[in-house]
Amino acid sequence: MKALAAHRRHPLMALALLLIALGVVGGAYGVVTTQPTAADTVMVGDQTQIEEGRRLYLEGCSSCHGLNAEGTSAGPTLIGVGAAAVHFQVATGRMPLAAPGAQAPVKKPDYTAEETLAMAAYIASLAPGPAIPTAEQVDYTNADVAEGGILFRINCAQCHQAAGQGGALTQGKYAPSLMNSTPTQIYEAMLTGPQNMPIFSDQTLPTEDKQAIIAYVMELQQAPSPGGMSLGRLGPVVEGLFLWTAVLAAFLAAAVWIGIRAR
Amino acid sequence: MSTTEKAGGATAQYLDERLGSNKWLGKNLKKVFPDHWSFMLGEIILYSFIVVLITGVFLTLFYKPSLVEVIYEGSYVPLKGVEMTEAYASTLQISFDIRGGLLIRQMHHWAALIFVAAIAVHAFRVFFTGAFRKPRELNWVIGVGLIVLALGAGFTGYSLPDDLLSGTGLQIARGIVQAIPIVGTWAAFLLFDGEFPGVDFMSRLYMAHILLIPGLILALVTVHLMLVWYQKHTQFPGQGRTNENVVGYPLMPIYMAKAGGFFFIVFGIIALLSGLVNINPVWIFGPYTPDQVTAGTQPDWYIGWLDGALRVMPNWETVAFGYTISWNILIPAVIVPGLIFTAMALYPFLEAWATGDKREHHLLERPRNAPVRTGIGVMAIVFYSLLWLGGGNDLVATTFDLSINAITWFLRIGLIVLPPLAFIITKRICLGLQRKDREKLLHGYESGRILRLPHGEFIEVHEPLPKAQQAVLASMIESHNTPLPAPAKTDANGVRNKRYRIDKLRSRLSNFYYRDAVAPPTMAEIEAGQAHVAHEAELEAPLHEYEESNYVTVPFHGGVLHEQGEPMTNAEALEADKGSERGSD
Repeated sequence: MKALAAHRRHPLMALALLLIALGVVGGAYGVVTTQPTAADTVMVGDQTQIEEGRRLYLEGCSSCHGLNAEGTSAGPTLIGVGAAAVHFQVATGRMPLAAPGAQAPVKKPDYTAEETLAMAAYIASLAPGPAIPTAEQVDYTNADVAEGGILFRINCAQCHQAAGQGGALTQGKYAPSLMNSTPTQIYEAMLTGPQNMPIFSDQTLPTEDKQAIIAYVMELQQAPSPGGMSLGRLGPVVEGLFLWTAVLAAFLAAAVWIGIRAR
Repeated sequence: MSTTEKAGGATAQYLDERLGSNKWLGKNLKKVFPDHWSFMLGEIILYSFIVVLITGVFLTLFYKPSLVEVIYEGSYVPLKGVEMTEAYASTLQISFDIRGGLLIRQMHHWAALIFVAAIAVHAFRVFFTGAFRKPRELNWVIGVGLIVLALGAGFTGYSLPDDLLSGTGLQIARGIVQAIPIVGTWAAFLLFDGEFPGVDFMSRLYMAHILLIPGLILALVTVHLMLVWYQKHTQFPGQGRTNENVVGYPLMPIYMAKAGGFFFIVFGIIALLSGLVNINPVWIFGPYTPDQVTAGTQPDWYIGWLDGALRVMPNWETVAFGYTISWNILIPAVIVPGLIFTAMALYPFLEAWATGDKREHHLLERPRNAPVRTGIGVMAIVFYSLLWLGGGNDLVATTFDLSINAITWFLRIGLIVLPPLAFIITKRICLGLQRKDREKLLHGYESGRILRLPHGEFIEVHEPLPKAQQAVLASMIESHNTPLPAPAKTDANGVRNKRYRIDKLRSRLSNFYYRDAVAPPTMAEIEAGQAHVAHEAELEAPLHEYEESNYVTVPFHGGVLHEQGEPMTNAEALEADKGSERGSD
């Protein structure tokens, strides 16, 4: 301590103190502000995964989204869309797009789960964005199905139809059927608002509400049809079509059979 | 006498002594009805209506027409604890907690859809065969009234469960009422008891659905059937059938058995269908609240065309003196259906006026023999179907990967272009068929056998028409009409014709109907043609004789094809068995 005290009036002491103070404040700021989310800790940390993601990105995505994900006239920028958006689009096969069209259709995924996660990590490394929801976030076992039904009818049914069968939007766009969606995909869709869907952030729909909606969609997927054949649960149009084809044919056949001249 | 006969006789006597019914029954039970499968279509309407009434009575025992808010505590878990109206809650109760409730609800709904569909098919039969002609015009008008009532019955029923679909439908209905100029807003207030959705509204709807409309339907159906009874049923042209007779079977026992059996078939199909196929799963759609709507919201099929008209209509509005006239709703939902039903009701009178035909018609016309009428009918069906397609435009878009905007524009143009096209094509097909009939009447039908005559000429041999078929085809002679002549401006004495304009219009209309009519053959021409056919047969006769004499006829007796000593050919058989009848040919 003596040595330190002896140098306290050294001309460079002020500079040294300044450096120490800056280091402490900066370090503390860094610790306080980078509250890493669960996904970030997995992904941002793994540099090899990011490198692999970047390689895949340059191969499969950059022609439309730009070499640095800055976006081109053919595709939007991906800076800040987050890992959730990448995971949703790629894992459902929507991206990469097979052909330009009104909307990216669901198809067989082109990448394995690992590759998808690598690309998600790369995009997440560019700028912060919504992370892939964790298993706890999409766990709907304790969610209120009836509450989910109300939320679904208020927020989702006008496009996805009350039974989740999907519906038409303008100019060839559409809200897809939810009958094959997984809880993670539903959560990611609400979080990132893919295609024409609005974003339902955690401020609009907190996690418990999202879980309730997932629970209701799962109920719709699994629920039996108590009244017999469900006719796709598309409502009166299909009922009318069925009536004017199969049912009417049965009646006409009966009428012809009875009305036929006795021989 | 058997026991049944004795019991029947005793009952008849008991009733006759008190009601004097034997004479009436004796006469009417023998009433003859003509036979054709298409005459059964009207019965589907009656029987499905009976099913609707029976199942409807069951539903009234449990349904509550109330908009009071309750918390659902029934057995359908995904709605447990949700706030809803008593109407919706009681519908859920019928579906999930009343024994057999869902089956009866589905029977009621399916039977209602079948009821309206059968009306449409029955109306097609009546229209395309000209069964609405004198003296049956009034019954046609009653039928049109019944169509409107059936739509009303269906729509009020669709609105009762108070689920998301029915509430949205009512919201649209209210919008349509509001679009009527001047009185719209007040009419909507009157009907809906104030602002949407109102409080008393459901009980009013319920009254209309279970009392007013079914009562009117029952009354009109009774008159409709009494008129059929009184005016007798029409029949298709055929051998032995004239405008003055009715060829068919007596009511008792043939038609009693047919109609009774058909009732059970209709009931059976409806019950089977309702047990196997789900209709209107209200629990999926959820309770109605005015701030919610679901994609794919559609009315039941019979209202679909009106919904389609609303969907394809361009968004036109006029503001006059501070008031908005919503053409975008007024035209598709008020004016178009109003015009269609008016035109439909007036059609028999219009056609009779154009024809100038005041005769009674008890023989039906084959659709091809009235090309313009058939064309108009097909045109109307095409127009209706396009509107109908418009009602499901969103499902067409998602099913066939089409743009909903493209469908809308296709329908806007198609609604104007396609019906006239359908008219022209149908009329041409009818005229073509008439020409074919004319040929057949004149020359019989082509046998496909080519004959070379001794001097080298080739002819195709014609076969004479069977008598029954000839009678059917000959009905084109009866159906033939010539257009009314153009009226003169003045009569022989130079007096001005006061009705000139009307007469001219009538003559034009008549020209439109009958200008292209195919001239039917006269009886003399037909006879000449038959003589020609007979002549061809004569020419061919030697050939037949030659051929027949070389056929090998094999008598069939238990698998042995030919026995020793039996003749091998007809010629041999004739030789061997001269004078007696030929064996097995």
